[in-house]
Amino acid sequence: MDESYDAIVLGTGLKECVLSGLLSVDGLKVLHIDRNNYYGGESASLSLQQLFERFRPGQQPPKSLGPSRDYNVDMVPKFIMNSGELVRVLVHTDVTKYLEFKGVDGSFVQNKGRVEKVPATDYEALRSPLLGLFEKRRMRSFLLFVQEYDETNPKTHKGYDLRRMPMAALYKEYGLDPMTVDFIGHAIALHRDDGYMGEPALSTVKKIRLYYDSLMRFEGTSSPYIYPLYGLGELPQAFARLSAVYGGTYMLSKPDAQVAYENGVAVGVTADGETAKAKLVVGDPSYFPDKVQKTSRVVRAACILSHPIPNTNNSASAQIILPQKQVNRRSDIYVFSCSASHNVVPKDKWLAFVSTTVETSNPEAELAPGLALLGPIDEKFVDVVDVYDPLESGQRDKCFISKGYDATSHFETTVEDILEIYTRITGKVLDLSSKDVSQAAQ
Amino acid sequence: MADVGSIQQAKLVLLGDMGAGKSSLVLRFVKGQFFDYQESTIGAAFLTKTIPEKGVKFEIWDTAGQERYHSLAPMYYRGAAAAVVVFDITNAESFAKAKNWVKELQRQGNPNMIMALAGNKADLAAQRAVTTEDAKAYADENSLFFWETSAKTNVNVAEVFHDIAERLPRASAAPQPPVGGITLTETVPERTKKSACCS
Repeated sequence: MDESYDAIVLGTGLKECVLSGLLSVDGLKVLHIDRNNYYGGESASLSLQQLFERFRPGQQPPKSLGPSRDYNVDMVPKFIMNSGELVRVLVHTDVTKYLEFKGVDGSFVQNKGRVEKVPATDYEALRSPLLGLFEKRRMRSFLLFVQEYDETNPKTHKGYDLRRMPMAALYKEYGLDPMTVDFIGHAIALHRDDGYMGEPALSTVKKIRLYYDSLMRFEGTSSPYIYPLYGLGELPQAFARLSAVYGGTYMLSKPDAQVAYENGVAVGVTADGETAKAKLVVGDPSYFPDKVQKTSRVVRAACILSHPIPNTNNSASAQIILPQKQVNRRSDIYVFSCSASHNVVPKDKWLAFVSTTVETSNPEAELAPGLALLGPIDEKFVDVVDVYDPLESGQRDKCFISKGYDATSHFETTVEDILEIYTRITGKVLDLSSKDVSQAAQ
Repeated sequence: MADVGSIQQAKLVLLGDMGAGKSSLVLRFVKGQFFDYQESTIGAAFLTKTIPEKGVKFEIWDTAGQERYHSLAPMYYRGAAAAVVVFDITNAESFAKAKNWVKELQRQGNPNMIMALAGNKADLAAQRAVTTEDAKAYADENSLFFWETSAKTNVNVAEVFHDIAERLPRASAAPQPPVGGITLTETVPERTKKSACCS
């Protein structure tokens, strides 16, 4: 590996693999290294064997769980918003040809201790027990405003300046009661906490639009989400392949891979006693322990069940949001489930994930309201992960470091981080509206 | 044989050492081309070719160089109906590597995968380092079918792929595409404009 590269990428998590793909397509000579013997880093999907190796070293999975390789258990469970940025990146780069997706069956929200479907159609909304009759009318006029709002057309602004007006004030204009506000903010705009209430309303209005655009994006879907067959771990593999197709070199199983510095500036990466030189190094926070700071902690439980989650209409895949107020917390709890319909477990098994941002010194206990929704649990694997942010932009030290994966239920912040890093590295803004990548790939 | 008009899709993966001629074989088969100095695979690691008379459309995955440091992702093997393991008959080392790839396939691939072994560069018989008998014996032991090929002089290339097409399980037995799968496209499908909930 004694060679020179334009960029060396460390870690094969989703963010790193997308960047590696984009940079390779741009014509950069890329070397991509991982310390593990598998793809995906923090965002891998693990087989049953790998899951036991990681959480219960020395133990063998019980035979009753079925074949190890039928399992693809996400370490960072998320769903993909149908009209979100990740879909745009997937289409732009044409890696969709390596992947297959299916819709997520249902989106649910916990309300007064009950699991209710988030209405996907007018008909469902009218029948939904989530809101009273008068409240439904108020919510309807609020949503009509949101749908018709066009940033460039002041006529649709109804006199509100959403770039300044706090979201709380906009809710107040429509007379929405706190329960409805909780529902809109957390189950539709998908905010994790109530920090957004004091912020300008525009970003929340856009998030509500994203939810409804996503619901309508594909024919016959009943939630705003899709999910890849064989788990999220397929995503980094697909982008790694894109990079390789454009000349990227891949090396796994380099446990001692380390950034090499000269005068505080990254000049390459050393592994197995050899150093590969590079103009810049990209990587996840675990490869730059001195250059990141902890910002939060996330607790996640991956559970294997022998039944669908109760009260979700036997959904093969579903999301349940437990808004913070419903569970007396500051941040929401998310429940995800998938099953053999997405090829992540053998037939007759289900995966359920419960996750949230850590608020106390006993993270596992914080998951209790989510775990309580699952019914009997066959196996449970709990992970508490520190989330890191880079201290610097990379301009000075040529280290372009991704942020850790936050507790959000989807990939919007993930792609935001990727696109920002791409711009910091190349000075360019990625034009997602063009599809020139695929043209070149023919 | 499949019914006329019904075309079955089959993922086919290529494996083998660098320089054995994987890309050359595919380019010969798909495009009828050969280049003496084929660059290491760049930009074209996903090709399709239909054999109408066999009712098969191959989706052919080339390694894109990821074989170099044994960093092929599980995705590569996933759902593959067939594999062609390629070695260079003038290079004994490449035959040894081919055996490793066969082992890897037996470990990672689906158990019903159709596997072919291709001893490529048959036009360079004068420099032969692997005998036909040795390769054939190995192929028989491991239930592979064996062809000696030349991408350069176009010998037995189509035969390998036709042979695979012939042996593929017919549509009913083959893995079915997922029910309810979604094709990601750029354009939002035209739908009657429906408004958000509660309208």
